[in-house]
Amino acid sequence: MSVAEPDFPSSWKKPPFIKSPLLRWSIIIGSAIYLALAFGTMDVDWERAAEGLPRGKRFLAAFFPPNFSDNLGVMWDGIFESIWMAIISTVAGIALSIPIGLGAARNLAPKWVYLVCRSIIGGSRTFPEIILAIFAVKLFGFGPFAGFVALSIGTIGFYAKLLAEDIENINPTQAEAIKATGSSWPQWINYAIQPQVMPRMIGLSVYRLDINFRESAVVGIVGGGGIGATLNTAFERYEFDTAAAILLIIIGIVMALEYTSGYLRKWVQ
Amino acid sequence: MLRLEGLKKRYKTGDYALQGVDLEIPDGQVIALIGPSGAGKSTLIRCVNRLVEPTEGKVYLGDLELTTLSSSKLRKARRRMGMIFQEYALVERLTVMENVLSGRLGYVGFWASCFRKFPKKDIQEAYRLLDRVGLMHMADKRADELSGGQRQRVGICRALIQDPDLLLVDEPTASLDPKTSRQIMRLINELCKERGLAAIINIHDVLLAQMYSQRVVGLKLGEIVYDGKPDGLNPAVLTNIYGEEDWEATIEEVDEDELVEDEVEEATV
Repeated sequence: MSVAEPDFPSSWKKPPFIKSPLLRWSIIIGSAIYLALAFGTMDVDWERAAEGLPRGKRFLAAFFPPNFSDNLGVMWDGIFESIWMAIISTVAGIALSIPIGLGAARNLAPKWVYLVCRSIIGGSRTFPEIILAIFAVKLFGFGPFAGFVALSIGTIGFYAKLLAEDIENINPTQAEAIKATGSSWPQWINYAIQPQVMPRMIGLSVYRLDINFRESAVVGIVGGGGIGATLNTAFERYEFDTAAAILLIIIGIVMALEYTSGYLRKWVQ
Repeated sequence: MLRLEGLKKRYKTGDYALQGVDLEIPDGQVIALIGPSGAGKSTLIRCVNRLVEPTEGKVYLGDLELTTLSSSKLRKARRRMGMIFQEYALVERLTVMENVLSGRLGYVGFWASCFRKFPKKDIQEAYRLLDRVGLMHMADKRADELSGGQRQRVGICRALIQDPDLLLVDEPTASLDPKTSRQIMRLINELCKERGLAAIINIHDVLLAQMYSQRVVGLKLGEIVYDGKPDGLNPAVLTNIYGEEDWEATIEEVDEDELVEDEVEEATV
């Protein structure tokens, strides 16, 4: 005679992410109400949108054909200035980011160093590049130097933060093993930390170069020199065909950098 | 000679991982440290080279008291203690050679190690050790290209090139298959004999502990509950260390024929 099996339940549901049903439902209903209200209060003026469309068409028509020839000299000056600005601000920014990033990693630095470095990063991340550029232009006057300063500071906020986070995610036993050999602190960084974070850091520096090049177009508009200044001038003089040419060159260079960074990242893995 | 006196470790959570351990290991003795997970085995060996700071008690390596050393003297003392890890803890993106040479970090300056300019005799010794463990041809491979057993051999080389008096071995076989486990344990044992090294080997496998050690220490909840000959392990002792279980199969006498067979097999690999 078989033993009577207990009556097991035949249905099962995944436990909800938020346990309390009251909290769960108030969040769901609350967000739904907010979204409905937000969309409801947005003033979509279809008439204005309709008026904008033909204007956009004219605008686009003025872009074609892009004119690479009339302002060639000025364009190349702008491009080279931007490339130069992007490269040196990336190099300088990364050079400054390395000590700050090391200090901002909780597993390397004592608490007070950590707090100082984290606040430097926080400070630099608070302001977008364009605002940093406005400050820098006010301080150092118009020209690429202001752009360089703005982009370098922007790079610190980006690179030091990601470096610190990567260091915090390293495999701790590899670091332990190197420490156990009697290595000094710089040797420990060089043998245990650096090999673990290097591939990502190389990928990120090319990515940052790409960002800095694009941002150099933006900081130029507020007086930071580079291709942005050239682009701004082209718009102000209604030379849309030249502006289109500049935009195409920017797109080309960004795509080339994008491709290079992808390739480099695979190669250094 | 290593001597632990009243060694205690309390973690931040308030739990005692070690509650007053007294242990003396003469020169050249290989001891196996057994005990259930959480008994404090890892903590104990990490308290010796102060990867974990002990809360109370003293550790003597020869005449040198380790727990009060300044950080620079501690680095010098760490050179005399080679450590071998559970998951090998090789720096995966460095070459095998760099991993072995990292054992010399306590002896060379930062710039020499940074540019990988190690003294000639260190490089010779690295090759000699790699040859000894049969990995001469792997010197330029990256550590993550190696199999588990090969990685552990590199880990052994890294520990031995320190020219230590003592080996701290943390679960050397935990991630290896049974055959490789035996080979690694035999290798550690032979090398200890060749060089007259003392060793503390944390190990889960009671049979391996019996086969490859001169003395077994059983740790339970941070206290030593057995200290004696490997063949003194009987069901009563094991029940005291690990809790109630059928121990007869575990402590079966090792079949000598089988061992010889294993030896022959290894020689042909």
